[in-house]
Amino acid sequence: MDDLPDKPAKDNKPKESKETSSGTGVSRRDFLKISGVGAAVPLVSHVSALALAEDQAGIQGPGKVPVSLTVNGKKLNAQLEPRVTLLDALRDQFDLTGAKRVCDRGTCGACTVLLDGKAVYSCSVLAIDAQNHEITTVEGLGEPVRLHPIQQAFVDNDAQQCGFCTPGFVVATKAFLDSHPNPTLEQIKHGLGGNFCRCGTYAGMRAAVMQAAKTKGA
Amino acid sequence: MADDNTRYGWPAADERSLIGKRLSRVDGPDKVSGRAKYTYDVHRPGMLYGKVVRCPHAHAKVVSIDISAAEKMPGVKAIHIVQDAGAEIHWAGDDIVVVAAVDEGAAADAARAVKVEYQPLPHFVDDFAQPKDVAESTDPLTQRDLFTMFNNDAPDEQVIAAVQKRGLAFKVTPEMAQRMKDNEVSENVIKTLQAAPVKQAAPATNSPYKKESESVKGDPDTAFKEAEVVSEGVYGCPVITHCCLESHGSIAEWTDSDHLFSHISTQNVSGVPGQYAQALKIPEANVHVHQDHIGGGFGSKFGIDRWGAYTAQVSKKAGGKPVRVMLERDAELEVAGCRPSAFAKVRIAAKKDGTLTGWQSDSWGTGGPGGGGAPPMPYVVIIPNQRKQHTAIATNIGPARAWRAPNHPQGCLITMSAIEDAAAKLNMDPLDLMLKNIDLAAPRAAVYREELQIAADLIAWKQNWHQRGQGSGVNKRGLGLAIHTWGGRGHDSNCSFTIHPTGAVEIKMGTQDLGVGTRTAILIVAGDTLGLPINQIDLKIGDNQYPASGGSGGSTTIGGVSSSTRRAAVDARDQLFAKVAGALNAKPEELEAVGGNIRVKSAPSCSMSWKDACARLGTQPIQVIGKNPGPGDLISSGVGGAVMADVSVDTETGIVKMNKMVCVQDCGLIISMKTAESQVYGAMIMGIATTLYEEKIMDRNTGQMLNPNMDFYRLAGIGDVGELVVHMMTGKGYDERGPIGLGEPPTVGPMAAIGNAVANAIGVRVPFLPITPDRVVAALNPQGGSNATV
Repeated sequence: MDDLPDKPAKDNKPKESKETSSGTGVSRRDFLKISGVGAAVPLVSHVSALALAEDQAGIQGPGKVPVSLTVNGKKLNAQLEPRVTLLDALRDQFDLTGAKRVCDRGTCGACTVLLDGKAVYSCSVLAIDAQNHEITTVEGLGEPVRLHPIQQAFVDNDAQQCGFCTPGFVVATKAFLDSHPNPTLEQIKHGLGGNFCRCGTYAGMRAAVMQAAKTKGA
Repeated sequence: MADDNTRYGWPAADERSLIGKRLSRVDGPDKVSGRAKYTYDVHRPGMLYGKVVRCPHAHAKVVSIDISAAEKMPGVKAIHIVQDAGAEIHWAGDDIVVVAAVDEGAAADAARAVKVEYQPLPHFVDDFAQPKDVAESTDPLTQRDLFTMFNNDAPDEQVIAAVQKRGLAFKVTPEMAQRMKDNEVSENVIKTLQAAPVKQAAPATNSPYKKESESVKGDPDTAFKEAEVVSEGVYGCPVITHCCLESHGSIAEWTDSDHLFSHISTQNVSGVPGQYAQALKIPEANVHVHQDHIGGGFGSKFGIDRWGAYTAQVSKKAGGKPVRVMLERDAELEVAGCRPSAFAKVRIAAKKDGTLTGWQSDSWGTGGPGGGGAPPMPYVVIIPNQRKQHTAIATNIGPARAWRAPNHPQGCLITMSAIEDAAAKLNMDPLDLMLKNIDLAAPRAAVYREELQIAADLIAWKQNWHQRGQGSGVNKRGLGLAIHTWGGRGHDSNCSFTIHPTGAVEIKMGTQDLGVGTRTAILIVAGDTLGLPINQIDLKIGDNQYPASGGSGGSTTIGGVSSSTRRAAVDARDQLFAKVAGALNAKPEELEAVGGNIRVKSAPSCSMSWKDACARLGTQPIQVIGKNPGPGDLISSGVGGAVMADVSVDTETGIVKMNKMVCVQDCGLIISMKTAESQVYGAMIMGIATTLYEEKIMDRNTGQMLNPNMDFYRLAGIGDVGELVVHMMTGKGYDERGPIGLGEPPTVGPMAAIGNAVANAIGVRVPFLPITPDRVVAALNPQGGSNATV
């Protein structure tokens, strides 16, 4: 179980779905996320989450509904079907294509964004459920001429090849370092276990996370 | 020639300002900040979204298709039938109908409303069982059959005998003959091929098995009769998929009735326009292809594929509007990537002192409907007396594609595993056995010897190696090794190279950067030649409107692009020298470009800045075309590498843990050190995944892939790979060979090295990859319960 991500698991705490309830069916988001982590969650959770969703969610759709998202500090508005995921909304409505669609079912982490500072798989969050939350994408962390220290560390250590998984890893690293400011190698292996790279850039990534941890305060 | 080498040749070590240095990749900032645009990220004005109806059957006939309901769905703009009633489908997931609609939801709804009726036919997906009692094929030889023979180093007499007996299924063109000549195929063989009768292939039989003729080299019968030790084993690896994180696909649009513009995820920017032209019956000049970044290819993205063609066709039906079809993850794993499997029963004959004398292999495997060729065996260590036979299995698993170093990892796994088993039987350290037989690895024996010694030091082989299966406790540790090779050289490459009077430098080349650092390497070569930092040079790639450069395959890109860039940069620089020599009171050949200045070699203080020099061009920029091939010997072919692995195996759970892996690799002159090392790290990590996790698992009953997702088609995670050490061979003996590609070679050895380390740890061979916990436990308990099979 060493390789299971700890980020989504945290989000599955029942307490949280209450906290984030906003009357637009937040618990459905949790259902999606629970189904995303699959084997880590007993089957019964699916059932209870689904039941909760039907009880509490306001009816939305099936047609397009107005959706308002706060992304990288900006309000973005669109008319979207309720079934549209946060990932597809970011990419196809707002052209924020840093988060990538790869597995599209909460396994690979390429779509990772921050929701109120916590890492989530945006392919497993509905756009309507991401309203009233602060969303941060990789574009919001820094830009090519003014990189975030984590992004700079990824460049310095060549923690990328084709680069398709890289934005997801950068965002996951941000959330990880926020909760583990002085990580050990073992913590890095566990904390970034929710993302996959195909080209094989983990050697550079480990070095990048270590460098970012050191330079963050600087 | 000598003059060309002096003029264009690579600078000596002490004259290199950028070549071989550890520069960060130039597109890194765009990638880490999410600004790099991949095909999947492109949004064209008014773009429609495509969804594909796929066949659920592994083998079937399409009986009828009804799109009437789908056409009426809201948002649907066009529907194109890819394979109509009557078509025979040969693998599950094959494309039947494509729908284009205003958004993904509408397209998905409409795709669900398409009704397709199939007549299922018998399918076959089993490549695991050894084929028995298969008669030798008498079919005319295909190009693939011949490639397999050449790849396996079959003796000339055998190739000639097979060609004379079976004939050819194709005509040998003058280009093919030239290519064979370039690849050192003998004149005799080429003459025989040119004279051979071209025959129609016999009608397909029902048997999925096709046995190649037996191939014999030396005197294997005597070698085995006189052997002091004979070692036997079964080895192999299953079909795996490429699993590119950016799936295959494109966005196609028609700028007028016969002009296509395509954003496509491809390894072959300059090559795909011709494919579009052929598929769509339009002139190649009417096709514009663009790609800035690609999210992985690994050999699977050379063609436009069926989906490339129908994306353009459905766009046309939608009035030319842009249509995006990117494969869904399940389709990506089912139909867009597949490395052939290879399994073999092997016997090795040896003397007591470890001298290897005989090889016998009976191998089989599948590369989908076409069967597939035999991997090269014995691999690198060319044991003198051989008897080999291979059976290709045609299956309904989807078509094979090139996967980094086609056939080499399989051949390496089988050979190095068999040699390691022979060492165990001889009670010898496999490193000693390998070194004892290293002359069989001619012509690179000396390279391997040096590399093995460096690798052994880096992994502390002599301190940590023990006899097989020794060690106490539940957790057993073991070491394993492998050596590998690949060719390289450089593909055809052209670039335009301009020095503007403002001092700006511009390079345009129709190549692509797969994430291996191609952009960075081109800029390093140009910057080193002109004495400029790389951020002063503007490089444009990824568009077929730039001069054509080859597809990125077979580790030929660095050889191609570095040579065309070098030749262009030297020519352009020398033209600039000619313009400014007078002002510096020197002859052009007495000048050099260093540190942003043009100066006199013998009097460095006599110099002028790059900008001032370029200003003397007046209004006329310097514009040259760089080519490969071209004057001067800048590149070569053939590298060696050594891999060693250190693992721990929990003998109760069967879980294998990577402790450490070392790769020592030669690739000639290294242009971009940081990205070269990254490529080797990546190859090792991919090797860990293929050894321990990856398998395209087919359901015998339904013929469908059981794990077309990333939960169950497992890649290696950051915690799975252990410590990794890369050592690049550089300096004398390596640099003077010029740059040689690195995409293939380091991917070859890891499977064999890890498999051998597991055998060394637990004392028995786990025959087939991936080495999953159940297989480890089964190998340890051969008399165990019902699951104790390989």
